[in-house]
Amino acid sequence: MTETSTDRPFVVLDPTAGPAAAGMTAAARPDSLEGKTVGLLDISKPRGDIFLSQLQQDLESRGAVVRTYRKPTFAKPAPVDLRQEIATQCDAVIEALAD
Amino acid sequence: MTIPESTGHTADGVSESTNGVIAVVKRDCPTCELVVPALTQLHAHLESQGSTLTVYTQDDPTFPSFGASPVDDTQLAFSWHNNIETVPTLLRFENGVEVDRIVGWSREQWQSFTGVADLAAELPEHRPGCGSLSVDPALTDMLAVRFNQSSLHSRRVEFASLEDEFEAMFDRGWSDGLPVIPPTEARVLHMLSGTTRDPQEIVASIPPDLNEVTVEQIAVNAVMAGAKPEYLPVILAAVEAACTDEFNMHGLLATTFFSGPIIIVNGPIAERIGMNGEGNAFGQGNRANLTIGRALQLVIRNLGGGRPGEIDMAAQGSPGKLAFCFAEREYDSPFEPLAQWRGQEPGVSSVTLFAGQGPSAIIDQLSREPVSLTKSMAASLRATNHPKLAIGFDAMLVVSPEHGRIFTEAGWDRQRLLSELEKLLTLNADEMIRGVDGIAEGLPEMLAGHSVPKFRPGGLLIAHAGGNAGLFSSVLGGWVGGGTGSEPVTVAIGS
Repeated sequence: MTETSTDRPFVVLDPTAGPAAAGMTAAARPDSLEGKTVGLLDISKPRGDIFLSQLQQDLESRGAVVRTYRKPTFAKPAPVDLRQEIATQCDAVIEALAD
Repeated sequence: MTIPESTGHTADGVSESTNGVIAVVKRDCPTCELVVPALTQLHAHLESQGSTLTVYTQDDPTFPSFGASPVDDTQLAFSWHNNIETVPTLLRFENGVEVDRIVGWSREQWQSFTGVADLAAELPEHRPGCGSLSVDPALTDMLAVRFNQSSLHSRRVEFASLEDEFEAMFDRGWSDGLPVIPPTEARVLHMLSGTTRDPQEIVASIPPDLNEVTVEQIAVNAVMAGAKPEYLPVILAAVEAACTDEFNMHGLLATTFFSGPIIIVNGPIAERIGMNGEGNAFGQGNRANLTIGRALQLVIRNLGGGRPGEIDMAAQGSPGKLAFCFAEREYDSPFEPLAQWRGQEPGVSSVTLFAGQGPSAIIDQLSREPVSLTKSMAASLRATNHPKLAIGFDAMLVVSPEHGRIFTEAGWDRQRLLSELEKLLTLNADEMIRGVDGIAEGLPEMLAGHSVPKFRPGGLLIAHAGGNAGLFSSVLGGWVGGGTGSEPVTVAIGS
């Protein structure tokens, strides 16, 4: 009466949350940064600001408009509002990790 | 003497043409053995009247010998579908409809039910019946699956006939690196018997993918972890605690740091389900500790999508990320239970989740009074993560019973120990500034001239666990504490 591995077909319940979501495609890449708005997201890791300020200079020298953002803590996902703000205000975003 | 096959024949063995008396018996029942002469007499009587006695047998197809062949019900289809709870049961059918039934042996009842006035006059007046195999707790989950009575919603995955099911589960990415128990429907139903909650109730939104998952989906992973049904309420509470904003499981998973969720269980459930808060509490050998901890991690992996090398970016990780769960040793603790300290009512079973690493040792085999011992502990705690870093990271001090006794004898409670540690762990930042001692790592220059606490207020937890012998306590180093990282979370365990 016991269930054994020789019982066929062997059926189990799917332990996952289901098939993975269909792959997401990346947003179209801008041909040039001239006149485009680029967001720089500092995730609050030490020295991320140094890296990003260097990037800001480089981007501005190429004619991009730079806006800067900061996550409250690197240890948590960016708040939804912040993500929404970046998505609506910027053509591209660069997120910096640093230590 | 069996029920004739007809096109109206159904899985439960009953059709529109089912008539006469049916008995359900099993050999492994002394009352069924006892009534064989009654069945023999009844069979002869009914046959002479042009009617039939059909006997279904649950365990031995050759039993009973009553003048005709018994019907093999070892698959329990008839018993299951006709809700047989006791053997022997006598049923009367008229045109496929049950019109009467009696259970057990009562000579008077059987005589009146069958209309045979002298039925088995030699048998004792009364004997209670035995439990039907179709309601045997060890079989009911399997039978529910066999007869499609399961209400589970999970997608069924069928393995190919040549697939080894254990390898198949590794291949599908469902394992943490150790073999998992195949979550068959019967096993999941059995697991769900451990909770009163509706299998389809949403428990939490599991990071990182933020999938809303049900009790049933968690039960599937609990089976895979090797848990028993009575652990399920603890697992559900641990999942709830892990998935709060305060605990921040997403960040804890994603970090390059070592830490993972550590589950500390308080209250009567710990003893009831056989958890270990004593010797080797953090180690191997206790099923409840290990499978509860493992189930939480499998939930995060399989239902949240949190896999190493993907969202989990730990540089080195920790063996505790397979499973890290222990009970607090409450009965001789110098401290009130951790959960109570954190606001739970006394006697309420609960889990506390702490974002932590593996244990590192505090050796003190010479202190016999609390002041010296506390200094030892403070010195070890100061070195947590780095002796020149402070404030950002939490820790849990787990005091062993031999160290705990020193506090008990001196009348120190948790608050006293915390206060003394706080004093000892208020550090001179000048010794810890970047570059001091030729070590680049350290506190920023701006803190020069200040004193700094090693741990933020509330960032040091204390618990009591371990075996009777060993003048060793431990530090479970934590992770980024508080609102910027993870806040410990205590949740009551439901039913």
